[in-house]
Amino acid sequence: MIPASGNEDERLKALDAVMAGHHYSGHALIEVLHAAQKEWGYLTSGLMRHIARKLRLPPSRVLGVATFYHLFRFTSPAPHEAVVCMGTACYVQGAANLLDSARRACARNGWAVTTGRCVGSCGLAPVAVCDGAAMSRATPAALSAEMERKYDAANPGPRARG
Amino acid sequence: MTPQILARAREAEQDRQSRLRDRILCCTVAGCLSSGAGAVRRSLEQEVERQGLGGAVEIAGTGCMGLCGDGPLIRSSKRDLIYSKVAPGHAPAVIAGAHPAMTADHPFYKGQRRLVLANSGRADPERIRDYIAAGGYEALLQAVTRMTPDEIISVIRRSGLRGRGGAGYPAGLKWELVARQKSPVKYVVCNADEGDPGAFMNRSVLEGDPHRVLEGMVIAGRAVGAQQGFIYARGESPLAIERLQTAIGQARNERLCGERIFDTSFNFRIDLRIGAGAYVCGEETALIASIEGGRGQPRPRPPYPPESGLWGAPTLINNVETFANVPAIVANGAEWFSKIGAPASPGTKIFALAGRVARTGLVEVPVGTSLQTIIEDIGGGVPEGYEFKAAQTGGPAGGCIPASALGVPMDYDSLPAIGTMMGSGGLIVMDSSTCMVDIARFFMEFCMEESCGKCVPCRAGTVQMHSILERITRGEGDPRDIARLMELADLLQNTSACGLGIAAPNPVISTLRYFREEYESHIHARRCPAARCRMHGEAAA
Amino acid sequence: MSVHTLEIDGRMVTALEGETILAAAEDAGIFIPKLCAVEGLSAPGACRLCMVEIAGQNKLRAACLTRAAEGMVVRTETSALREQRKLLVELLLAEGNHVCSVCVVNGYCELQSLAAALDVDHVRFTPRYPARTIDLSHERFGLDHNRCILCTRCVRACDEIEGAHTLDVAGRGRTARIITDLAEPWGHSESCTGCGKCVRTCPTGALFLKNKPAAEMKKDSGFIRQIIAARREKIWI
Repeated sequence: MIPASGNEDERLKALDAVMAGHHYSGHALIEVLHAAQKEWGYLTSGLMRHIARKLRLPPSRVLGVATFYHLFRFTSPAPHEAVVCMGTACYVQGAANLLDSARRACARNGWAVTTGRCVGSCGLAPVAVCDGAAMSRATPAALSAEMERKYDAANPGPRARG
Repeated sequence: MTPQILARAREAEQDRQSRLRDRILCCTVAGCLSSGAGAVRRSLEQEVERQGLGGAVEIAGTGCMGLCGDGPLIRSSKRDLIYSKVAPGHAPAVIAGAHPAMTADHPFYKGQRRLVLANSGRADPERIRDYIAAGGYEALLQAVTRMTPDEIISVIRRSGLRGRGGAGYPAGLKWELVARQKSPVKYVVCNADEGDPGAFMNRSVLEGDPHRVLEGMVIAGRAVGAQQGFIYARGESPLAIERLQTAIGQARNERLCGERIFDTSFNFRIDLRIGAGAYVCGEETALIASIEGGRGQPRPRPPYPPESGLWGAPTLINNVETFANVPAIVANGAEWFSKIGAPASPGTKIFALAGRVARTGLVEVPVGTSLQTIIEDIGGGVPEGYEFKAAQTGGPAGGCIPASALGVPMDYDSLPAIGTMMGSGGLIVMDSSTCMVDIARFFMEFCMEESCGKCVPCRAGTVQMHSILERITRGEGDPRDIARLMELADLLQNTSACGLGIAAPNPVISTLRYFREEYESHIHARRCPAARCRMHGEAAA
Repeated sequence: MSVHTLEIDGRMVTALEGETILAAAEDAGIFIPKLCAVEGLSAPGACRLCMVEIAGQNKLRAACLTRAAEGMVVRTETSALREQRKLLVELLLAEGNHVCSVCVVNGYCELQSLAAALDVDHVRFTPRYPARTIDLSHERFGLDHNRCILCTRCVRACDEIEGAHTLDVAGRGRTARIITDLAEPWGHSESCTGCGKCVRTCPTGALFLKNKPAAEMKKDSGFIRQIIAARREKIWI
């Protein structure tokens, strides 16, 4: 049901505490989904069924709400994530090229590349965020290099270059 | 908190700051943080420690100083100078005052009038004492202890403040509507779901001066008779959420929100609700649905939220910048405010100036300042070798302003007259390297992705408009495509259920109005004048 | 209860306090096109086909959401409204995979008959041909997403009348789709009572009875009105 992990009980306890804090109100569904995703990294059917029961909501309602919002994910996150900002300022400054090159780089390096909607650094466009660290005035070459560097740092040892 | 304690806290903090040899403020909002402000702050702290200046020189954080493109920005309070592009290695020079600096007459700052951003660059957003030292919560004190709700509303109404969320609805009228409802339960909601791609005004205000927004909300609560407020913040802005949580906790501890505010019987609790990534939640009924824990789908209006909003109760919804204007209006009076800016839309407006312009960042100017002043004087014009083509305001719901209309005053009435809108303040400059058809396609893609899917014209119409635009930018356009686009634009405007669908065609209509020849060139000559679009059959660049 | 008199398409019509323009028109035998509204269920205002002109108002109004008021002058049928409805129907036809000839409700489909009434003889938009699935896991019912127009009648009937809330909408925009429970196969649903109200209210062939061959499934959402009246007034047929 719920993804197995060493401290599963503690995670569940943390989630139940959030629900209790909201008096198990169905109105708190989004807050509860946020809390669940924070603990587990993504939402599984088991988790959503658990939440539905505790908040006394129909399961279809829980999934309907969760899938409405971009920030909720339903598969485990990739080890590395690059977000290319596709805000207007970044787009005008060439974010599309950045995205193309990041997608090419990710095929080699096991990165997940997604797009974001304005990270609030429009003055430094185009912006990409690699594993949480923002790169301002990013160029395709700099972004690919950064992705490669971060991958190498996380995966030491010899590696076949493709 | 009592009036006496507030006065004492203010004086004590002012006194403490005045006895420092210098207070060096480092920008701690998203833009500068992404250009390395965190490391700069740490090196400044280490340098103070190394020189044994602890107690004499204080390093603190502060809100956005505007010129994000030249960040990280650091300000010395005693010298009243701003240092740009500071690197960690510059710490000794900054502390000694030997680093090259900008002064207040720098062209970027000269045309600005910072009211909402008054504390940004001057106070630490994570310390309530800093806000109090700058005169914060004085307006709330006045509103709670010396004014009746009617008097507060009258001040807001006479000030002429218009909602800063985009449409410019008079704030005083909205407040009055909610106040008039006879309901024991009412809500005040701060719409902080700033979702326009290319807009970060609200986010910067929340990150840089959260107490100002809280104070505005509590005053609104007192005015309309509500006891509960919600801030609906974007889940994508973790820093703003963190700052708000800190500020709410501090205000609650000081009894500036929560129960028995200023020892009166007035209670007003503020809770944070965090969105999860849906642009449509900026629409007020969708926002309500989301706070209630549902899918962020707009609901039919009427009834309007002032009559029936959150859980069916009368609800006042204003955006971040609107609430942030309130404390200064209450403190300084309606007359003071109404003299700033344009007569029909007084006050200032924050714009997020970005795109193809030399100086980018956050700009606060009197409403009615011309676009030319903002782009050329404040922003320093487009990069060398390029030519200004258009400025986009209002994000995906707005339109573009061509070079021929550069003189337009940026206010709530002049912009609609030329086919665009103020919007929440995104201002993107485009030059000869930007393809206007591609920009229209970009915005249509945004609306298509963000459509909630409930009503047919928006859900299916944006898909069709996008596919036509994509076809044109691929060089596969059909001569009838422009007419088809206009037909769909009409349909969406007339039949969509909410503002997202109604406004979705605006960028297309606006670019067709001013840059029709670019569409025609793509369709008939299979050529992109800006050389942006890769035409069918053309080799990859 | 007070009664209002209003004019719809040149005819004087009476409406009870709180009644919508759509209901008042239907009572008077005036047909306004619609695909999402059903008497007895909440109105989402989703299909936008029932938009009408009201004298003195510059915006069109959805007849299913707008209350009839004293002295209102309503026009439900103008060439502009007709053109608009045609476009909406064409958008719907281009959005899904609507192949009438092999559809179980061929001849009884509300989308099909509306298209015919509006003289939609071709679709001006690029068909999307979305890759959609069919759920046949339920022993009696089938859910064919290819034919779904997201009117949400089934969702509302399931929630508001049956009280099961097995169905809901997941995703958004062009990816929105009807789900059962946690998007599991319908046949595995723990909450579904198998009442079939969703199937009977569905205006197209998206929800159907499994044992019917093509063109043999008649539908009628009028039963909802009867259930509501029975509950309220304790009168059964």
